[in-house]
Amino acid sequence: MRQKLARAFGGIAIAALVFGGAACQAGEDDGGDSGSGSSAACGMKIGFFGALTGDAAGLGIHMRNGTKLAIDQYNKENADCTAELVEYDSQGDPAKAPALATQAVSDQKVIAIIGPAFSGESEVADPIFQQGNLPTISPSATRPSLSEKGWTVFHRGVGNDTSQGPAAGRYIKNVLKAEKVYVVDDQSAYGAGLADEVKKVIGTPAGEDKVAVKQTNFSAVVTKIKNSGATALFFGGYYTEAGLLLKQLKGAGWQGTMIAGDGVNDANFITVAGQQVAEGTILTCPCAPATEAKGTFVTDYKTAFDNAEPGTYADVSFDITKIVLEGLKDGKATRADMLSWIKAYNKAGTATGVTYKFESNGELDPTQVIVWAFKVQGGKVVPDVEIPKA
Amino acid sequence: MDFDGLVRDFPDLTTTGLEQGAIYALVALGYTLVYGVLRLINFAHSEVFMIGTVAALGTWQAMGYNQDSSVSGIGLILLLVLAGLAAAVVASTLTAVAVERVAYRPLRRRNAPPLAFLITAIGASFVLFEAVGLFSDNIGIGGERGPFGMVRPFQPATLFSIGGWDITNTQVLVVFSALGMLVALDLFVNRSRLGRGIRAVAQDPDTAALMGVNKDRVILLVFVIGGIMAGAAALLWNVTYAFSRFDVGFLIGLKAFSAAVLGGIGNLRGALLGGLLLGVVENYASGLFGGEWKDFTGFVVLIVLLMFRPTGLLGESLGRARA
Repeated sequence: MRQKLARAFGGIAIAALVFGGAACQAGEDDGGDSGSGSSAACGMKIGFFGALTGDAAGLGIHMRNGTKLAIDQYNKENADCTAELVEYDSQGDPAKAPALATQAVSDQKVIAIIGPAFSGESEVADPIFQQGNLPTISPSATRPSLSEKGWTVFHRGVGNDTSQGPAAGRYIKNVLKAEKVYVVDDQSAYGAGLADEVKKVIGTPAGEDKVAVKQTNFSAVVTKIKNSGATALFFGGYYTEAGLLLKQLKGAGWQGTMIAGDGVNDANFITVAGQQVAEGTILTCPCAPATEAKGTFVTDYKTAFDNAEPGTYADVSFDITKIVLEGLKDGKATRADMLSWIKAYNKAGTATGVTYKFESNGELDPTQVIVWAFKVQGGKVVPDVEIPKA
Repeated sequence: MDFDGLVRDFPDLTTTGLEQGAIYALVALGYTLVYGVLRLINFAHSEVFMIGTVAALGTWQAMGYNQDSSVSGIGLILLLVLAGLAAAVVASTLTAVAVERVAYRPLRRRNAPPLAFLITAIGASFVLFEAVGLFSDNIGIGGERGPFGMVRPFQPATLFSIGGWDITNTQVLVVFSALGMLVALDLFVNRSRLGRGIRAVAQDPDTAALMGVNKDRVILLVFVIGGIMAGAAALLWNVTYAFSRFDVGFLIGLKAFSAAVLGGIGNLRGALLGGLLLGVVENYASGLFGGEWKDFTGFVVLIVLLMFRPTGLLGESLGRARA
């Protein structure tokens, strides 16, 4: 009896699924029809994929804000045909990424992903996006190998670590003129990759070591750096560990300069380290200063987000989101259409001024890649110089 | 392997390892006490510690000192340290007692199987650190889930050096505080009337109850002591690292628990020995093999040691040996 009942229920459930699916399909077809002409594609979703909570949230939130600003502006101008922002909060954790990516892929309304923000989560999420043919543009995942996996959906709106790492190395060599450089990384896909690129430029470091993400006691590596006589430290990793490491180093009497990549280029770094400790630290970024973005971006951002200064990659996120939005406006209502739209895109972003043109592997056109050095001064991250290309 | 480096850095690796080990030890005391009496691993203890660090941080911020302030004058330093200590100890103790009341006592009343305690312990731990993570913005100690920097009551500085061994002020403070607290606790458990109650319940709860020992009160006392130790550890942590975050308890909790097992869980002196040993072993491993081998080596030592001494270095003794 019970078995029969279960079967009956099962049958009904399957039937409901089939019909539901058909209804969904029909709905999409409608959307497609209205978009196939010159009119815009309406009611589509743009996903933001990155850390919005967790210990790297400080980086993700600015990117989300940039994306949100672009979509809000678009919706204001096109009130009758809006796009929706969907947030996929990965906490920057590769373990959480696959489930979220699958979720995004199965929602057919999601037409493109801004992200994944970090390299580690990109490694696991991008294959899933590839299967769903869901185009992605990352504002910040800079690990070089990401473009070498044959993912056609992958794009990044910034240079990769082969541009950032060597630039940081050149800064250490030519600007700081440091002879003894210690290199530490946090064993993450991003941190280790960046540190490797730096080592290629500076030659043999005075010493190297590895730490772990979430590590708080750095006494052993502090001892090693101090006793190695290094005057400069390159740290490949994120801001929390960077802040703690530098604080413990300075506490132990080390006087040198720390150089780190875009993962540390965040106000939270100064919160962890404290103003006096952070002072003078050099932070690179394959981006131009967001606070000096072109057009009305900075004022718009401040108005939209409680007078907050736009953080790293907020401007990039804004611009790459607009690529997708322009595609929607042009009536690209399927993932395949959107993908070819992005591949063929060739126009300057309003906030960064960078011309977004992607190579076939998804990398930004190398002539468009800029790397800046920032400096911590008076408790703020201020632009220092653009690092020359060679 | 970097033997030259190890030899060169040996003094610093030892002293900083002892410093970190002393903090492990103070947290480990909380695990060991609760285990000794209840045969229960109180996994929420790491959060008891974390809340101590956050409470001290909040107090300092309320007094107008944040990570960018500089502090001078012995009076102010003392004031900050004592205020932070009071806040951390009170907050940690209250948290420990609350966990006991909410997560353990109701289960004990219903004679729940040990696994149920384990789950409520992990549950309490999650609730506590997520709560701090989610509400840190609202209570004004930092951004949501943000890392929290904080004022350093005093800057670390070399206090004296003996033959190339530089000893800093924080190292002296941390190691001697830990030693002092262990001695005090040891005396309390072994000499006082309340301590006898603790030992009695640890040895045989039912007989102890028949002899007129109030079991619930003893258990509460154990959690209070664990909370005080965790609060003190939290202050020492703040003074040393000037950093906290909602999940800061996780790693140190794991290490402290390992230290307790290493020394012999249920044994107070074992907790201290285990903590210090783990602290220096980790540092030597970092010096010799590189930082990525730190945890690996620590736990290999733990496993090997337990193979030969399954009850830990000093064995389990809160109730048994010196009853």
